[in-house]
Amino acid sequence: MSPPLLEVDAVSRTFVQGGLLAGRRIRAVDGVSFTLANDRPEIFSVIGESGSGKSTLARMILALLPPSEGVIRFEGRPFSALRRRRDRLAFMARVQPIFQNPFAAFNPLKRVDRYLFATARTFTGATDRETAARQVDEALRRVGLSLAEVGGRYPHELSGGQLQRVAIARALIPGPRLIVADEPVSMVDASLRMAIVNLFKMLRDELRVSIVYITHDLATAYYISDRVIVMRRGRVVESGPARTVLDAPTHPYAIELKKAVLSVDAGPAALDAALAAQEEEPSIAR
Amino acid sequence: MNAAATFGEAPRPAAAAPVVEIRGLRAWYRTRRFGIVRDVRAVDGVDLEIAPGEIYGLAGESSCGKSTLVKTVAGAVRPPLEVLEGTVRFRFRGGPIELYGGRPVDLRAVRWKHLSYVMQGSMSVLNPVRRVERSFVDFAFRHIGEPLPVFRRIVEEHLARLHLEPAVLRAYPHQLSGGMRQRVTIALATVCRPDLVIADEPTTALDVVVQKRVLAMIREAQRAIGSSLLFVTHDLTVHAALCDRLGVMYAGRLVEEGPTRAVLREPLHPYTRHLVASLPRIGDPSPRDGLAGAPPSLAAPPPGCRFHPRCPLAREFCRTSVPPLVPVGGGRRVACFVAAPETVP
Repeated sequence: MSPPLLEVDAVSRTFVQGGLLAGRRIRAVDGVSFTLANDRPEIFSVIGESGSGKSTLARMILALLPPSEGVIRFEGRPFSALRRRRDRLAFMARVQPIFQNPFAAFNPLKRVDRYLFATARTFTGATDRETAARQVDEALRRVGLSLAEVGGRYPHELSGGQLQRVAIARALIPGPRLIVADEPVSMVDASLRMAIVNLFKMLRDELRVSIVYITHDLATAYYISDRVIVMRRGRVVESGPARTVLDAPTHPYAIELKKAVLSVDAGPAALDAALAAQEEEPSIAR
Repeated sequence: MNAAATFGEAPRPAAAAPVVEIRGLRAWYRTRRFGIVRDVRAVDGVDLEIAPGEIYGLAGESSCGKSTLVKTVAGAVRPPLEVLEGTVRFRFRGGPIELYGGRPVDLRAVRWKHLSYVMQGSMSVLNPVRRVERSFVDFAFRHIGEPLPVFRRIVEEHLARLHLEPAVLRAYPHQLSGGMRQRVTIALATVCRPDLVIADEPTTALDVVVQKRVLAMIREAQRAIGSSLLFVTHDLTVHAALCDRLGVMYAGRLVEEGPTRAVLREPLHPYTRHLVASLPRIGDPSPRDGLAGAPPSLAAPPPGCRFHPRCPLAREFCRTSVPPLVPVGGGRRVACFVAAPETVP
């Protein structure tokens, strides 16, 4: 039996805010555990509002930030073993990120294909331009673009949806097993959102890539996820199969989150309930 | 105008007369370099009206021209943006005003008092090194024209409408949460009880729980002060919850307009229909498709109907003729040859 793809084991992360003596400790992530199986790719959603620690969790899974407590293992090896450059590159080839804002992810002064070629050279060992171009084109075709379309273009010449697809193509070049997508559609318009989300389904079903999908959009999470966890203030408050959790949440916070989702069918009555349910609010600091 | 007229029961225009009337508006970004003129046709022939006390929602994807339209209505036209044609006519309590009608208009007297603006980034409105109170004094003191203690009472009463304690006045912006800050900017924009408030994606940066509460407060405050509201966002679910009427923009033009519920229940334009159909819903896992193709470049928009390259129903004449925005009954208008066959040339 092969080790699980990703094992997040009682992971916490504490930040210290303020001075050396008067610092305030903030637990951004507090004892989170979950496991992604190796043999069965899935889309695993992390849901929560801003400040719930979901982006900190993403950075830890990408090994950009070490956990304060707990261990994360990828294919059985703990992240603390990633010391040498070769190990680190091998890890990065297998775990790739997609970020929230495609306009911020690409340098506006550089052509977008530059990133694609750099990724191909670094991770796949393509030494000549033809091999790299073939790999880049193949990755772009997977997301419905082509090198002929994107080559030589600057980020401002592409739409947000196209650019996000280029970001996904870039993540696919090294042939990853896991993609960590941090709010990948929150900057994308509604009309293009579904195209991106459907792309994730294709990655899971055809390329057998597992995806950690981080979002506050419950509707898309419901649409694509296999399993979800709901986070609040660093802790997991509810977890389980996506349909079960989102159809009938049991934790009060998960219920509140679901109620906050606006729908085109609900109409103006939805807002009256929001005002009636005034809950405690953090008062002004100090 | 004296203070009583601002805060008392000043007579509003008759219900039929719109607060703002936009006619044939064309606002292009025009750059001239070495004698070559390049145009980006961000707003290309828009007609719309907003009634007193109405919440008008404007939907459309990014780069469809909705922010340019808002800038033009707010009179914030700076090069390279130029208004080539059309007028924006306001009927404020202080008297009618016409923009782009040939005569220059001094908007300073009107801004904040009759016309105000809520932006997406609350941090870009509030001065980070000044207490919130200072922003209120800077923006509104002159327009309210009352002595400082009375002014402060008016502000505090108004903050209470948005469920904010008077203590926020003593706070610096960074001490407030994102939702509270956005409510402070909304309070700033509405404290003078303007006739028209323009809000450009005011809740997009907030997460779902906070967004819903802020929307509810916006509507409550709007009811209380009786302003009209032009609310811009690409999120149709927000429009469904808030807006009385909805206009959908595509590539610089209004393609559909009508009462929000009717437009979302039974969209007429293929673009609107696609937008509504593609929304994922909790409890419905059936597959949904994204719209193929990319939004057109406004520097070189396609001829004819601008949606035709992506339209599943496009016919031959859609490629050559521009569908006019025509009334189709029920207070709705649509610009599509298929939805309104009588407009086919």
